[in-house]
Amino acid sequence: MSRWRKTLVLTFSLLAVWFLVGFGLAIFLAPWLNQYTFLGGPLGFWIAQNGAIYVFVVLILIYCVVMNRLDETS
Amino acid sequence: MSQTALTAIFVLATFALYIAIAVWSRVKTTSGFYVAGRGVPAIFNGMATAADWMSAASFLSMAGLIAMARNGFDGAIYLLGWTGGYVLLALLLAPYLRKFGKFTVPEFIGDRYQSDFARLVAAVAAIFVSFTYVAGQMRGVGIAFTRFLEVDITVGVLVGMGIVAFYATLGGMKGITYTQVAQYVVLIAAYLFPAIAIAHFLTGNPIPQMSFPEIAGRLDLIQQDLGFGLYTEPFNNLSRMNVVLITMALMCGTAGLPHVIIRFYTAKDVKGARWTGFWALFFIAILYTTAPAIAVFSKYNLINTVSQKPYVQVVEEAPWFKTWQDTQLLVWDDKDGDGIIDYRSGDENELQIDNDILVLANPEIAGLPGWLIAFVVAGGLAAALSTASGLLLVIASSVSHDIYKGHFNPQAGDQQELKVARVAILGAVLVAGYLGINPPGFVGEVVAFAFGLAAASFFPAIVLGIFDKRTNTQGAVAGMVIGLLFTTVYIVTTAPKLLGWDPWLFGIDPQGIGTIGMLLNATVTIIVSRLGPPPSEEMVRMVEAIRDPKNAAAPEAE
Repeated sequence: MSRWRKTLVLTFSLLAVWFLVGFGLAIFLAPWLNQYTFLGGPLGFWIAQNGAIYVFVVLILIYCVVMNRLDETS
Repeated sequence: MSQTALTAIFVLATFALYIAIAVWSRVKTTSGFYVAGRGVPAIFNGMATAADWMSAASFLSMAGLIAMARNGFDGAIYLLGWTGGYVLLALLLAPYLRKFGKFTVPEFIGDRYQSDFARLVAAVAAIFVSFTYVAGQMRGVGIAFTRFLEVDITVGVLVGMGIVAFYATLGGMKGITYTQVAQYVVLIAAYLFPAIAIAHFLTGNPIPQMSFPEIAGRLDLIQQDLGFGLYTEPFNNLSRMNVVLITMALMCGTAGLPHVIIRFYTAKDVKGARWTGFWALFFIAILYTTAPAIAVFSKYNLINTVSQKPYVQVVEEAPWFKTWQDTQLLVWDDKDGDGIIDYRSGDENELQIDNDILVLANPEIAGLPGWLIAFVVAGGLAAALSTASGLLLVIASSVSHDIYKGHFNPQAGDQQELKVARVAILGAVLVAGYLGINPPGFVGEVVAFAFGLAAASFFPAIVLGIFDKRTNTQGAVAGMVIGLLFTTVYIVTTAPKLLGWDPWLFGIDPQGIGTIGMLLNATVTIIVSRLGPPPSEEMVRMVEAIRDPKNAAAPEAE
């Protein structure tokens, strides 16, 4: 697989997670997730106002580590 | 010592620090002025980006917007939108724009599409977007000064602009970047301290992120009694479609805002640009995960302090109630004449609370000591000044680099261009100061405008420019023009303080229309590009070069 192809696969896989968490869990599934309790409050609310942000930070971290390693090997 | 004197000491001490940093980091070249000589380490660059990004709106208004204007859950549009955009920025734009290695966003558009017209359109859009944003910052400075330093709003704005003008003209991007690092430290500490103290006081757990869901659960019960609907319930303020569209518009708008993108040009190399993206969101997330906690704590404390209590008792126990009443940002109208403060949903409500006061009033509502209140004011000013300086630099570089040198005088030398840039910053400071003292009544609408336009213009043009080799000049220009026109027309016709028509497209909120504008832009760009001639060989070579992370231009000598 060419370097550019690998970049595209990584970029769009991470963006798929970004979309599933930021829109799927945090918005579309929030009413359903609110029936569960987390840290003493409704789970869907926590994901929308806190949890999704942690996932966003981790996504960029993964991107940095994998891309920088890819640069060194190619 | 009085609260005013204490606040003055904190504010003056931080201002002195910013000026000292500016003198230490002054610059003599255009590269130093526009991109800090591309020598800023990623972690500092991330901190500066975070301070640049987190404006008076994030620091002063966001918690209030979440708790009051959006009644809880639906406030997630700001939290998700203004952090999720960094994922787009870090993955789709940052490394490639750093590899491109020039100075401004319009310059990228102009080079990628080999079109002076496209560059000019982009430069004008960048200037417009940045001015609308600066006006909002100045309002924040004005509120902090009038409430806590008891000076006239005009004096407050003039002092703030004077400070920014000084360090921005002297140090350009380098001075701005290192000042922003200091401003980040001040603003994040000022945001966290009260939140930690209140979290500990309310729940025994000092970590706001861990303790706010429990208080949100308690707030649900109180709100239900008052008829507001549950705080944690989705879509009781906005429809689900509007939550999705506004979140997406804020995300893509974030990734398209020139003052954010320009930060990645200051990284050492492509690797540094990637790490800058990570550190930026890391430092932003510290504030953005605390904001919903402040929203919950302050609303909970506020209702418990004032709701269903006699006014005379409240002003005695909580003197801040009276001081905020004097600013007209807190209004109590005793409709039934019983002397008791009725805060509830519907016509019987007697209390109007401005979104902008929640963060500033929060430490007082919780009864925290005076030095902490002074620190919060200094933090709010740091947030406003750091963002204003980043925006002023975009305005200056668009004028001096894209319009003056790019269009009118391509032969201009380095020193000549630098002189124009410095004059442009001073001019921009004056205009921004005027807008701060005489704010147009529709500042809120105008900020929505900035995000909508950035999403509908820059974002697709840059992303397609990098990821789709087939995109040609005709496609990009047609896409940008149609995206801009559609979004402008929709916002002007439907924004409440502009024409205020009913939202005529499926009831879409004007704040979310940028998403539709962006999709329209991308569709038009892709179709027109494929109907027209393929892009020139030079354009294709440029795209291939920016996709290859090697050999980014070395830092230019200072």
